[in-house]
Amino acid sequence: MSTLNILYAGFGGQGILFSGKFVAYDGLIAGKQVSWLPSYGPEMRGGTANCSVIISDDPIGSPIVEKPDVLVAMNGPSLDKYENEVVSGGKIFVDSALIERKVERTDVDVYYIPSTKIANEKGIPTLANMIITGKMIKEVPELSIDNMDTVLSKIVSARHQDLLEVNKDAVRTGYDYE
Amino acid sequence: MGEKVLMKGNEAIAEAAIKAGCRHYFGYPITPQTEVAAYMSKRMPKIGGTFLQAESEVAAINMVIGVSSTGKRVMTSSSSPGVSLKSEGISYLAGCDLPALVVNVQRGGPGLGGIQPSQSDYFQATKGGSHGDYHNIVLAPASVQEMASLTQKGFELADKYRMVSMILADGTLGQMMEPVEIEEVSANQVEKPWALTGTGMKREHNIVNSLYLKPDLLEIKNFERFEKYKVVEENEVMYEEYMVEDADICVVAFGISARVAKNAVNMARAQGIKAGLIRPITLWPFPKKPLFNAAQHCKAFISVEMNMGQMIQDVELAIRCTRPVYLCNRTGGMIPSPDQVLEKIVEVNDGGAK
Repeated sequence: MSTLNILYAGFGGQGILFSGKFVAYDGLIAGKQVSWLPSYGPEMRGGTANCSVIISDDPIGSPIVEKPDVLVAMNGPSLDKYENEVVSGGKIFVDSALIERKVERTDVDVYYIPSTKIANEKGIPTLANMIITGKMIKEVPELSIDNMDTVLSKIVSARHQDLLEVNKDAVRTGYDYE
Repeated sequence: MGEKVLMKGNEAIAEAAIKAGCRHYFGYPITPQTEVAAYMSKRMPKIGGTFLQAESEVAAINMVIGVSSTGKRVMTSSSSPGVSLKSEGISYLAGCDLPALVVNVQRGGPGLGGIQPSQSDYFQATKGGSHGDYHNIVLAPASVQEMASLTQKGFELADKYRMVSMILADGTLGQMMEPVEIEEVSANQVEKPWALTGTGMKREHNIVNSLYLKPDLLEIKNFERFEKYKVVEENEVMYEEYMVEDADICVVAFGISARVAKNAVNMARAQGIKAGLIRPITLWPFPKKPLFNAAQHCKAFISVEMNMGQMIQDVELAIRCTRPVYLCNRTGGMIPSPDQVLEKIVEVNDGGAK
C-alpha cells in the first residue's frame, strides 16, 4: 500500500491551494486516488493557509494530513508549526528566501530553495509556489513532471491561459534547481 | 461514462443537481457552502435556469415551495444557522407533500457558532427539526463522489415520495476536492399529477396546501403520511459495512467522521483487534437492521460523531441497548483524528472504557 501525504503551508495569497491542486491533479492523471483539502475561512485573506493533499494507490480514508510524508513550508510560522509532525524519513521543502532558520530535525531530508527570491528575480513574483513545487516533484519519487502540461491546462482557468507558459517555466525552474 | 475531474464537494452538489434536471436554485450565502450558490450563479443563466440570491433564507425556502408546487425540480442550500431559518419552510413542504432538495453543509454551533465543519445538526435533520409530525429523507455523503450521487438520489427519492430530501454534509466535504464523475439523469422519473401546471380548462384544479382546520381530516393526512414513511423505511435504507462480519467492536460513523473511523478500523485490525465499521448513508431512515444484526456478535459499539453525541441515541435504539455504546467525539468545528478513534477502540476492546 503506497500513500503519499503532502502538507502545503504558508500565507494566504502565496498560491498554497493552487499548488496543492496541481499535485492532486497530477495524481489523478496518473490514475491514483487523490484528495485535496484546504484550510478555509478568514485565513484565505492573509493569515496562514494550508492544504492537505493525499495521493494513494488505495481508497483514501481521512483527507486530513496530520503526519505528512512531505511538508512544503512557505513561511516561518508554518515550519514552526509542522516541522515536528513530519514522519521520520519524510521530506521538508523550505522556501529559504522567507525562512531564515534551518530545520532542526535530523531524521528527515530537507531541501532549501529560495523560491520567492527566484520568482522575484524572474519577474514572476506570484509563482514561488510553483517553483518550490517543481523542486518537490524532482525529489519525491512518487511524483512526476511528465504530465505537467496536461495538468496545468486543466487547472489554469480559461481566462488566464496566458499564464500557462510562466507556470510551466516556474515548475521547470524549481525542478532544475540544484 | 465521462472523465473524472477534480471538484470541490460543494461544486459537485451543484453540478449533479443541474445534471439531474434541476433548473431552479434559491439561496443565500453562508460559509462553508457558498460554492454551491457561486457555481449555480455561473451555470444557471447559461442553461436557461434560474439562480436567485434571495433576500434571506426564509425567502429562499418559500421560493422553493413555489417552484416545487409546479412540479419542477428545485433546491436550496445553506449551512447550519441558515438551515434553522429555513426550518419553517421545510415543515410547510412536508405538510404540502412537496418534493425538494435541501442541502446543509454543516458548521459548528449552536447559534452562529463557527465556520469549521461539524455534524451537530443530526437531531435537527433526522428528528424533524421544525414543527409538526414529519420526516425528511436524510442522506449523508462521505466523499465528493457521494456529494454528487446522493444529490441525484435525493431528487429521485423526493419526487418518488413527495418529501424533502436533505443532504447532510459538513464543511470538510464541501471544501475538499476529489475526483468525481457526474452522470446525466432524467428529471422526469416520476409523474406529478398533483402539480400546479394550469388546468387548461381540461381538469379539476389541483390544490397544494398544508392547512387543515378540521382535526379529524388533519389526523387522516398525518396517518397517511406516516404510512408513506413506513414504505420509505422499508425500502430506502442505505449503509456501508466494512469488516463487520467478524467484528468484536463495531464503530458507527457517517460522513467525514466515517472516513476518519475507517482509518482507525484499519489501524486496529493491524494491531489484531477485530474492529468493523457501519456507515449509515441514510440517516433517516436509519439502518437499524444491520446494527441490530451486528449486535449479535459485537461486544460493544462506538459512535464517532462531530457533536456532543446525537446519533448515538439511534445506535442504542437500533440495538435495543443490548450492548454498551460509547461515544468518541469532537465538537465546535474540530474533527476527530484516526488516533483518537483508535485509542477508543483499544480502550473499549480492553473492556476499560468508561
